[in-house]
Amino acid sequence: MKANIIIVGVGGQGILLTSKILGYLALKMGDDVKVSEVHGMSQRGGSVITHVRIGENVASPLVTPGEADMVIAFEWLEALRSEFYLRQGGAMIANTHRMLPMPVIMGKAAYPEQTIDGHPLYALDAQELAERCGSVRAVNIVLLGVLSQLLPWPAEAYEEAVAACVKPATLAVNLAAFRAGRAAYQNIAKNEKA
Amino acid sequence: MKKLMLGNEAVARGAYEAGVRVVSSYPGTPSTEITEFCAAYPEIDCEWAPNEKVAVETAFGAAMTGARAMSCMKHVGVNVAADPLYTAAYTGVNAGMVIVAADDPYMHSSQNEQDSRMIARAAHIPMLEPADSQECHDYIQRAFELSERYDTPVFLRLTTRLAHQRSPVEMGERAELPVREYKKDFMKYVMMPGMARKRHLVVEAREQRMEDEAASLGLNRVEMRGTALGVVCAGVVYQYVREALPEASILKLGLSYPMDRAAVRDFAARVDKLVVIEELEGIFEQEIAAMGIAVTGKCYTGRQGELSVQRIREAFGADKAPQEPALPARPPVLCPGCPHRATFFAIKKLGLTVFGDIGCYTLCALPPIESMDATLCMGASIGMAIGAEKAHGRDFSRRSVAVLGDSTFIHSGITGLINAVYDRSNINVIILDNRITGMTGHQQNPATGFDIHGNPAPQLNLEAVCEAVGAHVRVVNPMQMKDMEQALREETQRDGVSVIIARYPCALLDKRPKQPCTIADCHRCGACLRLGCPALERGADGAVRVNAALCNGCGLCKQMCAFGCITGGGEKQ
Repeated sequence: MKANIIIVGVGGQGILLTSKILGYLALKMGDDVKVSEVHGMSQRGGSVITHVRIGENVASPLVTPGEADMVIAFEWLEALRSEFYLRQGGAMIANTHRMLPMPVIMGKAAYPEQTIDGHPLYALDAQELAERCGSVRAVNIVLLGVLSQLLPWPAEAYEEAVAACVKPATLAVNLAAFRAGRAAYQNIAKNEKA
Repeated sequence: MKKLMLGNEAVARGAYEAGVRVVSSYPGTPSTEITEFCAAYPEIDCEWAPNEKVAVETAFGAAMTGARAMSCMKHVGVNVAADPLYTAAYTGVNAGMVIVAADDPYMHSSQNEQDSRMIARAAHIPMLEPADSQECHDYIQRAFELSERYDTPVFLRLTTRLAHQRSPVEMGERAELPVREYKKDFMKYVMMPGMARKRHLVVEAREQRMEDEAASLGLNRVEMRGTALGVVCAGVVYQYVREALPEASILKLGLSYPMDRAAVRDFAARVDKLVVIEELEGIFEQEIAAMGIAVTGKCYTGRQGELSVQRIREAFGADKAPQEPALPARPPVLCPGCPHRATFFAIKKLGLTVFGDIGCYTLCALPPIESMDATLCMGASIGMAIGAEKAHGRDFSRRSVAVLGDSTFIHSGITGLINAVYDRSNINVIILDNRITGMTGHQQNPATGFDIHGNPAPQLNLEAVCEAVGAHVRVVNPMQMKDMEQALREETQRDGVSVIIARYPCALLDKRPKQPCTIADCHRCGACLRLGCPALERGADGAVRVNAALCNGCGLCKQMCAFGCITGGGEKQ
């Protein structure tokens, strides 16, 4: 399998964990993989991005703008910000939930009202779905569930990777979130635009 | 079985397999995780030192007396450790000693963009540069081997994109090496002028021998493709070049210093055009040009920031890639419940000039707090305040403070404080004692009372230290905003050196479930918003509401509200 995936969101949303799960999974499925993360100060509630590259022989750990097959966005503004990474026909999987950045909170900027219409969009309120599964912190795994419908790997392989990477105490919630995201795909896929 | 490993994890694993016995480091992005991963191996004696200089000296002591040792730090940490390092190059080691220097091109989490390859050259210490996690794992083992073979400390250089990428690693087993014999040899280890002059000759001879034998070390690699273009590169840049210029032949320098000039000469002769692609400084380019070989490099890439596949493609004529759209930025912010917010709010209210330092609190330079005048390096806040009083006099020091964290104070603020007292300064210092080294992801330090494993350790008493130095000390809970303001008003007026220890744990340390605050009948005055708390938002109707998912229940907003509209907060009942 070959895929360039960008994962974006706000520091604290479990972005690094999601990229780790995907990397673990790719290796398990016999692919070469590189994952690039950002640690440190920029994690403190700022925009966070990780790159996941899967293929036969991956060189650069970074996805080039305009070449991503998928962007998974845990927050709507971050989805808008990272659409430019997508190749033509690349898919955006996005949480519609809004987290206001400091310039908006302070009234120095307005939260953008635009939508995404240049790429296939799989949008859902993952926040609400995650809460129903038992924790708002499972937004990342809900969206991983949606993504799982767009990649050829079997659902069991994802569930095994989730189990290998999350804390045992959170496993039940995370598996519920994964299944909820996977099931939600059927409904939101209707919103697909090209 | 291959395992997906962070570059830093692979360095730790490789060092473990190389039989490393002692690891002493100071945390710094992007190097921190190496030492944390090392701490998980019971065979390694692992510690957080108070600063990089002590860390390197500890590693040196272990290596000189016979145990393989490692010290890991960010690029600017190498400056702190430079003093022992430059001379350790003269003495040599006994068992292997490796320094991991993690550079941060583009300054994802740093104050400058310095290139550690320069330091390798200045200190005459060999340097290896891996290009993925497997090489991190393999090269650190080679580094130990070379350190012993050539009797020198060895650098392993990482950059952020290497330290913080994950890629597959084939692991091996640990080689359990006995501690080598230690024999007194003062001509080798006591660097007085007479001995050092002799050792300097050894350094030069060793460096020449290493270059002569470079081909046999197998660290450099030629990949011949077309002959039109040959590229010299190292580290993660090699990965970018492979993708951006698939037709180009490549000389990949795993041994970054000393440069194998014979290999470069040979490679240059096999291609029509020779280009060096390197991040930051044009070091390889200058060295190759000095050999009289026609070469370019920096004219393509410049010396700013990180390279990437796209940046290299564009430098060689490709179309521009799509750009990030102009949207409201989401800068990093202090967490909800952060005690630094309270301290800096009081500072801002009094309009003080702030000599700042390195930590999460550096974010207070940004809106809405905007209360930091200068940030230079670890511990510099105190020295800057002393100098400013010299320049502007006592009235100025009554309106200014030096602010630094607990770990930063121990790292290198304490010497500044000694000078402040000795120098008869009248400065006011605030130590933000949040009981942890916060920004790098919660490492223990001498003031926390725990070691790297989380086991109880002797706890440094910050009050006693400051008092012993001769400063007046006052401990305040900054979350009581009136108390903090009062302390600040009084201490800035006090003659002599005064220290306010603003003591309250990092919001991320306190894991007890919290009751979010709630706002009823908001008067829309916006006073609470001045805190810059990410859990407070103004709705379309102008009323402020609490984002319960983010609120930590710290109650600072309650103290801001003059109308008593905000209730709740505290621990969940």
